[in-house]
Amino acid sequence: MQAGTVKKKVQPPLTRKDFKSDQDVRWCPGCGDHLILASMQNAFAKMGHKKENILSVSGIGCSSRITYYLETYGIHSIHGRAIAVSTGAKLANPDLNVWVFTGDGDSMAIGGNHFIHACRRNIDLNVVVFNNRIYGMTKGQSSPTTPVGMKTKTAPGGSYENPFNIGEIAIGAGATFFARVPDNDLKMLEDVMLQAYHHKGISIIEVLQNCVIFTDGIHEKITGKDTKDENQVILEHGKSIQFGKENSEGLKISGMRLEKTTAENTIIHDAEEADTNMHLSLVRLKLPEFPVATGIIRKVESTPYEKSVHDAIANVQAGSPFKNVDDLFRSGNTWEID
Amino acid sequence: MTDTVLTQEMRKVVVRFSGDSGDGMQLTGDMFSQSSGIAGNDLTTIPDFPAEIRAPQGSIGGVSSFQIQIGGTEIYTPGDAVDVLVVMNPAALAANLQFLKSGGIIIADKDNFSSRYLKKANYEENPLEDGSLQDYFVIRAPATSLTKEALKNLGLQTKEITRSKNMFALGVVLYMFSRPLEKTIEFIEKKFGNKPKLIEANTKALNAGYNFAHNTELYGHSVHVPPAKLPKGTYRNINGNKAVAWGLLAAAEKSGRKLSLSSYPITPASEILHELSNRKDMGAIVLQAEDEIAAVTAAIGAAFSGNLSITTTSGPGVSLKSEALGLAVIAELPLVIVNVQRAGPSTGLPTKTEQSDLNQALYGRHGDAPMVVIAASSPDDCFYYSYEAAKIALEHVTPVLMLSDSYLSSGTSPWRIPEKEDLDEINIPRFEGSPDEWEPYMRDPEFLNRYWMAPGDKGFEHRIGGLEKKEITGNLSYEPLNHEKMTKIREEKIQRIAKKLPKQKVSGPESGKLLVVGWGSTHGAINTAVTELMDDGETDIAFTLFNYINPLPENTEEIFQNYDQILVCELNNGQFVNYLKSKFSQFSFRQFNKIQGQPFFTSEIKAQIINLLSE
Repeated sequence: MQAGTVKKKVQPPLTRKDFKSDQDVRWCPGCGDHLILASMQNAFAKMGHKKENILSVSGIGCSSRITYYLETYGIHSIHGRAIAVSTGAKLANPDLNVWVFTGDGDSMAIGGNHFIHACRRNIDLNVVVFNNRIYGMTKGQSSPTTPVGMKTKTAPGGSYENPFNIGEIAIGAGATFFARVPDNDLKMLEDVMLQAYHHKGISIIEVLQNCVIFTDGIHEKITGKDTKDENQVILEHGKSIQFGKENSEGLKISGMRLEKTTAENTIIHDAEEADTNMHLSLVRLKLPEFPVATGIIRKVESTPYEKSVHDAIANVQAGSPFKNVDDLFRSGNTWEID
Repeated sequence: MTDTVLTQEMRKVVVRFSGDSGDGMQLTGDMFSQSSGIAGNDLTTIPDFPAEIRAPQGSIGGVSSFQIQIGGTEIYTPGDAVDVLVVMNPAALAANLQFLKSGGIIIADKDNFSSRYLKKANYEENPLEDGSLQDYFVIRAPATSLTKEALKNLGLQTKEITRSKNMFALGVVLYMFSRPLEKTIEFIEKKFGNKPKLIEANTKALNAGYNFAHNTELYGHSVHVPPAKLPKGTYRNINGNKAVAWGLLAAAEKSGRKLSLSSYPITPASEILHELSNRKDMGAIVLQAEDEIAAVTAAIGAAFSGNLSITTTSGPGVSLKSEALGLAVIAELPLVIVNVQRAGPSTGLPTKTEQSDLNQALYGRHGDAPMVVIAASSPDDCFYYSYEAAKIALEHVTPVLMLSDSYLSSGTSPWRIPEKEDLDEINIPRFEGSPDEWEPYMRDPEFLNRYWMAPGDKGFEHRIGGLEKKEITGNLSYEPLNHEKMTKIREEKIQRIAKKLPKQKVSGPESGKLLVVGWGSTHGAINTAVTELMDDGETDIAFTLFNYINPLPENTEEIFQNYDQILVCELNNGQFVNYLKSKFSQFSFRQFNKIQGQPFFTSEIKAQIINLLSE
């Protein structure tokens, strides 16, 4: 039979609508979460992954409501545990395309342990951290990313705890993919989600997400229309690092640290460098001295955990004399009673 | 020998091997168990080793023991008092003499009763020579020196030679019980497969011990324990932890689902994690989680993904898992949780046994969160109850908590390897119609379980979670009456499982003065105690042992009403008896509790029964 003569029933490509559930979205109007949801639905449609093999998992908090709004298999689990739930699911069925939705409280406080261990194992999960630097759902307590000096319900005189830098924790714990994205840059968000999907191993996406109620404008200096050129350096692999109004500024290595320089003298971003030093330096850049780094900061190849586990099982099975439990049970020291 | 507890023909004998941690007593005991199994005896064993990984050599704290009861009748416990005590050094004697019956036999390695070792065991005089053991029959065996002599030309190092002396001791004991050496030599060959020198050394030491016994005081005094009437089949010795692991593997194969285990190391449950980590050949997918909470939540993820999902732990671990278990209850996912209980609360006595996590199993979650609870009662039936736990979880799409304990986990008993048809079918409820006709919380009309659809099932995409669900659709719902209804359904669903459970059995008269009640691992001691009293002519007592705790078997009430008194025996401060009181307030229950980190002795239960009957 010649190619082209068979009329293959072609499934129409999936669209964003295919990933909209029938549940009403209940986030506050203007919340950054709406933008993340839209980007996720668009990205799902473009991945081309079978819909029945997509799993969305969330913990507790505003961010975690997203699983109800995505028309995929989904688990709205318990506070802090979405990554652990997803680890079990991915290991159980490596064909699943697993997405974890979590917040700065969910992933950095109560779920901090699972976060670092998932990074260490390099299991192929895609983790979207909605970082609004506050506990929103419980009405405004400090989170592990609340900046020093910010007033919250639990720090009425201003927070005096040092915040976590999510990228630093992720890369420090062994994450092979880390990106930081402003919630209002839909193009970047969708692109990063697609790249995370194709990355084999853990992908951490920190979204600088605005909470209109408790931390409205918290990321404004980085994401605002008038200030973002100065205050945001968008990193792209293989391209020179440039920022500023006319892209006139850059970064150079000076001694043990990064320093501002002119665009001509800037360094080139290598997201695929295995050594973490430069990625950590980039992820730590902060206002007002430096612009904040966004885009894919780190993306390195390394065997994902679930592959190691399933390869080991396949290898052992190939060389094992036991084909079923009965072979196992009757092996070794047994005796007969007649 | 006529003065000893041993006679030529015995229905039951208890032997205890004891030595320094490095003396190989567990292996010696294991090989004697194998030999006894082949001889057709029924048996139960229990190890007793120090909590420290490397206790000081020769110290009482470093003594490692292995106790076995063999019999020509059914054996349910490793025995209370010891008939034959093997001691490899003074510390072993000091630690174990308390267990030996008057008139019992001591086989001692006299070479190790040097002043140095005597001192370490706090002996001022050598007990083998000072007359202090006159109530016992003492065999002073030069085990170390004769082993050295037998092995001198093999070119082995001193350490390897002295390590073989446990085989000398085994040789003596095998002679005592008239056992042929061939099978034991086969085991040695299997064990040291690629080390011919060690095979030769161990075999020579074994023969040396056997010949020593033949040539000395034991000549002509061998003991015969007739074979027990066990069902025909192929047998092996198995401990409770391995039996749990294997039961779960059997259930995975029978149900056609992959097995996923995620656990965090904890005494005394870790061996299940070890065994399944070793069972890649059976396709077991194992995650050593970063903590107990990760272990149970990963198991929830694996359950949602369609695997037979398990998490194993002990009481402190269940405490940490309890929030997530509530998620499994409200989401209605199939999940097996194994709790190998130890003595609590908190770190408690982590290496000792207890049944004190029953309340936790039944009630240890926030909200109304009913869970199926079942308990194993012997090392070998851990296989069947873990299989059963998996079957109930999969068929009723519900979490099931299985209780084992420290005593069952490390004790062994002969296990008849099941034929394929011996294991019940496992029928997973799946929705056979089109996705359009399906809702995530639709239920089976008879058993109220939902249908288990998982990622990969096209068109069945759905969300589950910890928030209350609208009945049938599973959508979020804060409606007051819906919450009440769902709470009742979740409870009713568990209770309806009783329809599938075997009827509770009673041993002894169907009615009478006293019913002795137990659950889980106290089966052996209670069974033995009541049976011995019946054999002694007591006709008015019966016993019943529960394996299904929630739900209880349907005929439980019917059984209770046939006896004047009910005595509930358990290793805690009265948890099962209070549970029964809450269910059956019309009966008055008596209770017997032991909370010492130790299993019941048969004698303790007999004494309780006799006291109660004479009131």
